[in-house]
Amino acid sequence: MTATQHITTETAETTATTDAPGAPESTATIFGRLTPEQLESFGEEMDAIRQRVLADLGEADATYIRNVVKAQRAFETAGRALFYLPPAWPLAVASLSVSKILDNMEIGHNVMHGQYDWMGDPGLSSRMYEWDNVCPSEQWKYSHNYIHHTYTNILGKDRDIGYGVLRMDEDQPWHPYYLGNPLYAFLLMVFFEWGVAMHDLEVENLVAGKRKIEDNKALHAGIMRKVRRQAVKDYLLFPALTGPLFPLTFAGNATANLVRNVWAFNIIFCGHFPAGVATFSQEECEDESRGQWYFRQLLGSANITGGKLFHLMTGNLSHQIEHHLFPDLPARRYPQVAEEVREICERYELPYNTGPLGKQLFSVAKKICRFALPDRKREDAAAAPESETTLAA
Amino acid sequence: MGLATSALRSRTLAALTSPHGVDRYLELVNPMWAAHEVRARVVDVHREVDVPGHPPVATITLQPTSTWRGHRAGQHVQVGVEIDGARRTTRVFTISSPDSRPGDRFTITLRANPEGLVSRYLVERARPGTMVHLSQAQGEFVLPDAVPERILLISGGSGITPVMSMLRSLQRRTHRGHVTFLHYAQSPEHQIFAAELDEVRRSGHGIDVKLLHPELGDPALSPAYLERHVPGYRDVPTWACGPAPLIEAVKGAYADSPALRLEYFKPPRVAGSDAAEGDVVFSRSGASGANTGDTLLDQAEALGLTPESGCRMGICFSCVSRKSEGTVRNVLTGEESSLPDEDIRICVSAPVGDCTVDL
Repeated sequence: MTATQHITTETAETTATTDAPGAPESTATIFGRLTPEQLESFGEEMDAIRQRVLADLGEADATYIRNVVKAQRAFETAGRALFYLPPAWPLAVASLSVSKILDNMEIGHNVMHGQYDWMGDPGLSSRMYEWDNVCPSEQWKYSHNYIHHTYTNILGKDRDIGYGVLRMDEDQPWHPYYLGNPLYAFLLMVFFEWGVAMHDLEVENLVAGKRKIEDNKALHAGIMRKVRRQAVKDYLLFPALTGPLFPLTFAGNATANLVRNVWAFNIIFCGHFPAGVATFSQEECEDESRGQWYFRQLLGSANITGGKLFHLMTGNLSHQIEHHLFPDLPARRYPQVAEEVREICERYELPYNTGPLGKQLFSVAKKICRFALPDRKREDAAAAPESETTLAA
Repeated sequence: MGLATSALRSRTLAALTSPHGVDRYLELVNPMWAAHEVRARVVDVHREVDVPGHPPVATITLQPTSTWRGHRAGQHVQVGVEIDGARRTTRVFTISSPDSRPGDRFTITLRANPEGLVSRYLVERARPGTMVHLSQAQGEFVLPDAVPERILLISGGSGITPVMSMLRSLQRRTHRGHVTFLHYAQSPEHQIFAAELDEVRRSGHGIDVKLLHPELGDPALSPAYLERHVPGYRDVPTWACGPAPLIEAVKGAYADSPALRLEYFKPPRVAGSDAAEGDVVFSRSGASGANTGDTLLDQAEALGLTPESGCRMGICFSCVSRKSEGTVRNVLTGEESSLPDEDIRICVSAPVGDCTVDL
């Protein structure tokens, strides 16, 4: 690593804080932080972690996920049953919310990544698992596992940058539409599961004329089937089973879905949008090596600090960095792996973006509001890229 | 179907337990409760043969869930075990007990194959109370409902299990015709079901039991031998099961007689590499190599891929993958297929020339 490559780097970003400076550093300099040899050995160290955990998978991991499933089913059953006792309504909603959060995050998200495929259990297989969410798992696996996890934070490739609705990066050209950025974010939060289900329809590409309405035909049937099943269960059958309490149960189920939406949205937005998280251009990711891929995952993700229960309720997405480095390792391993990843990052003098939930959320909210407006620092920024390119070269 | 079963399988309950399904809830309460899946509890493990220095053979008695639909003598079942509570591995075993009705207990008899994870686990480590996962009974190697007067059952080694199930079923059905039971074993001490067969032989009842040990000087299977003991054997309905060399001998003796029904334990070895040509491409992983003539599953594994697979003999359909182009030969039937975008069982499909599979 040469000194010149450090010049434009904001060293403050390498610390755990999220109050990073306004403009994220240019990716040209980010990749320049490591020599090709260092990138290769960085990749090898990551591979070694992965291999070691894979070789160690066994009974403890199987027991863990089965216990989470048991807890989720117990919360679900309790929640459904407590609706028969009107005074226990808040408890019923809480219980059902916990069930839906566990189902979608620690179980659904992680199982669908194939983290437990090695168990050979059809109930925990990425091919078979369907979650308690209106988005059909088959579609989600394509947009999330393939598109998002392969092209993480590459502008124009990773549709999770702003989900086609928001402006979350300065390289997304500003448009008066984005004045509504905070409002869109709020709506996306409230209707998050619907947003996730609609995500694959690529509405923004339809509007831009990059995608034809016919391309979505095949998806419609799957989405409608799943929506019908979810709606029949939560808004018809279970409320009807409580007889005269129908409206209360209906409202309770809707609230549980809302709680899950708000929670999942907030956790997920802390994964890639806090200040200091890097985005990449398609050019700089061409012919990427394995080391570079790992490097991009590290720079493109952010963690949230917290206790054991918090990590469980986030589906361990509080370890977004480790999740992006090792998406197919059981998530319960991330806290343990994180220690090693941090140590490696320190050795290579690489940033490791983490902070408490409040701090990360504030940083995301600031970004949502800032990018609603056109860039003020255009002139300052215009001068920088030139010098950066020469330095990186 | 009982009232409880009907309720458990109702559309209402399916809608209420969506998206996970009824069984995902029932299994948490009691692993023996199921609406659709089939599981079983091991009731007994009985060593049949235990010759020092040789892999032991055991009969496992299974109490299936009420979802078990029963079996016909000669059929097999997929058995999945969770070794150390974690990785579920599934293999196919033949049922050795006579025909069973829905929910009935049945037995499988198996040799602890030194390289077989599942058979070793079942023979050496399974205890009463151990839970296993099952498929429904499968296979066409069965006795017809109208049993012919004259029957010949030929088996070798642990290939005795399906024909033993048939023999036991015939006894239960009070079959009064003439049965010849011809079995080849390494030595008398390797004989599975020795005591029971001895009893059958002594009691007569039209069942002619012949236990042969060619390694100890008994005659090997030949047309002449068959003709001497079962005159006109080519027209006698025959069921044969055993290792490949025995099956080859039986096939030779029967030529193309429609009276013969066969069952292998393992798919026959694929033709050597000299006949293979072209390249095999696994498009999703980007792996490719020269066609070795082995099955696509073997070739994929040789290239470092780990495709999903189960029985490795074309039974369980776990390994079904999409072949986008090329011709494959089914190693069991020899049938060739060149359809594009075809779903094939890669464990029993060998490429003929260039072939691309979505793996």
